[in-house]
Amino acid sequence: MTWLTLNWPQVLELTRDHLLLSAPAILLSVLIAVPIGRLAQQRPRLGGPLLGAASLLYAIPALPLLIIIPVIFGIPLRSPATMIIALTVYGVALLVRTAADAFGSVDPRVREAAVAVGHSPRSVFWRVDLPLALPVLLAGIRVVAVSTVSLVTIGALIGVPSLGTLLTDGFQRGIPAEVATGVIATMALALLFDGLLIAIGRLLTPWAATSHERLLPQEKAV
Amino acid sequence: MIEFETVSKTYPGHPAAVADFSLVVPSHSTVVLVGSSGSGKSTLLRTVNRMVEPTSGRVLIDGEDVRERDPVALRRSIGYVLQHGGLLPHRSVIDNIATVPVLNGVPKRQARTAATELLERVGLDPKVGRRYPGQLSGGQQQRVGVARALAADPNILLMDEPFGAVDPIMRRELQEELLRLQSELHKTIVFVTHDIDEAFLLGDEVVVLREGGVIAQRGTPAEILGAPADDFVRDFVGADRAERELHTTEVDGRTIAVDAAGRPVGVLAS
Repeated sequence: MTWLTLNWPQVLELTRDHLLLSAPAILLSVLIAVPIGRLAQQRPRLGGPLLGAASLLYAIPALPLLIIIPVIFGIPLRSPATMIIALTVYGVALLVRTAADAFGSVDPRVREAAVAVGHSPRSVFWRVDLPLALPVLLAGIRVVAVSTVSLVTIGALIGVPSLGTLLTDGFQRGIPAEVATGVIATMALALLFDGLLIAIGRLLTPWAATSHERLLPQEKAV
Repeated sequence: MIEFETVSKTYPGHPAAVADFSLVVPSHSTVVLVGSSGSGKSTLLRTVNRMVEPTSGRVLIDGEDVRERDPVALRRSIGYVLQHGGLLPHRSVIDNIATVPVLNGVPKRQARTAATELLERVGLDPKVGRRYPGQLSGGQQQRVGVARALAADPNILLMDEPFGAVDPIMRRELQEELLRLQSELHKTIVFVTHDIDEAFLLGDEVVVLREGGVIAQRGTPAEILGAPADDFVRDFVGADRAERELHTTEVDGRTIAVDAAGRPVGVLAS
């Protein structure tokens, strides 16, 4: 506890760094995985192999990936961009299949009815498919968020500062309190993201809370 | 006016769903296509709003081939009611009804006000408007479906077994409601059902279909019931069923109608 009271400005700064690495990676994962998932659901012949390939990305070990990315993108190894790209690769790998399942969970009869009353392909996506896929999609995004927040810590191994820095630094200098602070802060951040996503989900899917509500008996006769 | 001109639809590897179907649906009248499953009645209905493209032949609305029209604009100009309502589960009842006007660019507030009026028009409490479709009974959902179809004030209504999934009492109410609405609105309605009683109740004209969209007989309900074209129609409309064959008998000076099994079904008005 004394360690924390002496070092809290540093912890705060690392928490901010941690946020600035994980939030863009989560956002990018969603923006990339959702269109791929939708494509895979609409065109299974094209999308099947695409899903397989994307999921396989998760099998790439982290350290080699962190070395390859600067080579491919021509960016410095120790930059936040390297970390964000690596995290996005893993995030996309985790999310594509759920995204495809999310669009697959939309009742085809509802989609067809929407087309029949005059939704254009674009409005079918924005007004029907996307909102109805949201509950499943959000479940997938929650997994990606938690996984990303914990993966950020490995950036410390290549010198990109985050709460992971507390882990490497604490181990090297033998300060258990510093390691514990790193672990707890990372977990707290992951829980914060998760809670935020649950709240967003409730806000965006107000119908989900009511769909199983029973009719009052006197209303049935209406 | 809707004209079907030798419309055929064949799905690869299947016998023709519809073959050489021709029919004229006059404006402001209700024509009911009735047949069992496999008669191609829904397929025919769906060629009107281009949810199904005919393999050959064409469909004209007021003389214009529907293939000349943009499918999205065409569908927005036609009211469509489906068996399971086809309502958007994530939109409130009001927003469901306002769907087409909003897609057409009508300001949301204005579309919602109009939707609330329609809600009353189809016999629902305006309070229902804030709910989601999942919170309504089957009958209420179908009423909302009808209101949605009417929202853009289309000339044509396509109704694909709209009351097929609700209980008989509710169905009867919905049918009466539709008759009332039609007497006020005078739309051109194409109605699809497998229920011959529903067809006779609602149709100015009834088209009895055999397998593959072949017209077995068309005419007013009275014409079909009075003179079935062949055994298929006779069987389909139940012309030989006991409850279709009525006699009269005198009881206490009043004339009672009695069916073939001797069950009284009503009193003749004097």
